[in-house]
Amino acid sequence: MKTSQTTRIALYVYGVAIIVFLYLPLVSVGFASISKARYLSFPIRHYSTKWYAEALRSDTVSDLLFTSLKVAVIVTLVSMVVAFFGALAFARYQWRFCSLFQKLILLPIFFPQTVLGLALLMWFNSVGVIPSWKTAVVAHLVWIAPIATLIVAIRAYSFDPALEEAARDMGASTVTILREVTLPLLMPGLVSAGLFAFLLSWGNFPLSLFTTGADSTLPEWLYAKMVSGYSPLVPTLGVMSVVGSFALILLAMSIGWLVRSVREARAG
Amino acid sequence: MERHDRKLGLLSAMPLGLILVLSFLAPLVVVAVFSVMPAKVFTLAHMPDFSAYSVFFERGYYKSLLWSLAMALIATLALFLVCWPLAFGMAKVFGRFTLVLTVAVVMSLFVSENIRLFGWVLTLMKGGLFEGYFRSLTGIGFDSPLYNTGIIIFGLVYVYLPFMLFPLAQGISMVPDDTRQAAADLGASRWQILCQVELPLAAPGIMVGSLLTFVLAAGALAESKILGGQAVIVIADDIETAFTFGQNWPLGAALSMVLIVIIGGLALFGVSRIDLDAIMGRKR
Repeated sequence: MKTSQTTRIALYVYGVAIIVFLYLPLVSVGFASISKARYLSFPIRHYSTKWYAEALRSDTVSDLLFTSLKVAVIVTLVSMVVAFFGALAFARYQWRFCSLFQKLILLPIFFPQTVLGLALLMWFNSVGVIPSWKTAVVAHLVWIAPIATLIVAIRAYSFDPALEEAARDMGASTVTILREVTLPLLMPGLVSAGLFAFLLSWGNFPLSLFTTGADSTLPEWLYAKMVSGYSPLVPTLGVMSVVGSFALILLAMSIGWLVRSVREARAG
Repeated sequence: MERHDRKLGLLSAMPLGLILVLSFLAPLVVVAVFSVMPAKVFTLAHMPDFSAYSVFFERGYYKSLLWSLAMALIATLALFLVCWPLAFGMAKVFGRFTLVLTVAVVMSLFVSENIRLFGWVLTLMKGGLFEGYFRSLTGIGFDSPLYNTGIIIFGLVYVYLPFMLFPLAQGISMVPDDTRQAAADLGASRWQILCQVELPLAAPGIMVGSLLTFVLAAGALAESKILGGQAVIVIADDIETAFTFGQNWPLGAALSMVLIVIIGGLALFGVSRIDLDAIMGRKR
């Protein structure tokens, strides 16, 4: 059934409108970050980069960035390891509790993160753990590790078990098979899972809200300042955080493209 | 080979399984136990008295719950209407543009939701991007649409759009083109095709998307805090207040339990009916 030309054009326009809708607030934040005035009001009369200079000088800001980075890096590394094995259990092996395991993974994703954070706070309290950035790592993992697992699982579904069986028939041990056959095959999925894990942890706010104790991540600090006691650094740090994420995505995409074209050049 | 699979499956499920048991299921049990404790205690070594649950009705906390559920429901319905044409385009019409849209929507997910909501405040506030430039061009100002229920629902629609869009697009891509063509050849109108072919066949995607958005929106906090300016107190807000200013953990736990039971029931219902192997494309 052909879609008529008018409908097609309308759908394209609608798609572009949705992208504009998604990114419009970031445009406002971007403008606000380069306004010179302490109390923002549009139209902006004077532009200045002084808030950026101030953000770079501030010790609070570097502490916030360092805490967020620490959490995100550890969450990424743990998620990648957990997701590698989790995805095999999810998609590759046929074992008794497979479908139960698949469903268990979905539950944390179908769960309000703020409430999950509070539940974890009570749990840490009753087992005697004092909340800090380390407990925030655990909180992030509960939500991010299942997502990373799903991403690797998509890759694991498309992989031919005969490759592993052939290696086993030739006498390779389980560890050798995992290292020489399974890992390279799942690598693209693992890399995107790691990228997702890092970015989701970096930007996460509802899970950090109750689980970081005396430490604070960047999104948490921004929220505190938005709700009470506005600071002109809010839009500036917001932009810095967004630009950091997007730069990482661009870097990852261009490395992926580079690797592919080198391979193609070699193959051709 | 089969025996091998069983052992390896169990072993490789261990790390994630442990994380989820220790930091997802166990905390939920603790919340359940806390919720039956007497008011204002911080340890579990007390006689349960279920007082927090009677407070839920006496002090009108059920109103916040109803607000949250109602706003989540409206946001879910609105999102379905907003996302259906786009999801249809992504699954059936757009070629390369689907990739562009996917990347754009996924990238927006990586920006902290509170930064994006704050961006709407800057856009919509009095003296914001819209009103400020409109006033400087025409000399006429207008009131900001912020700080009411409508804007909270708008915020929910904005934040949870990807959670509806992608499952819907996946659902629509499962509708075979031949079936739609056949219906058209047999004289079905566009509307009949939508109601009798596309909606039923895309039902798994519709269900996943709706459940996901409803569940997440019902527990949302930032939308009402940042955009709504406390115009309505949502249930997540009550829970937070009970824990922070109220210093009444059993009350917070009881409020959480009510939300968890509703959401958990829906999530379990949805999850038990999803065939993941089919959706994610098992080859065997």
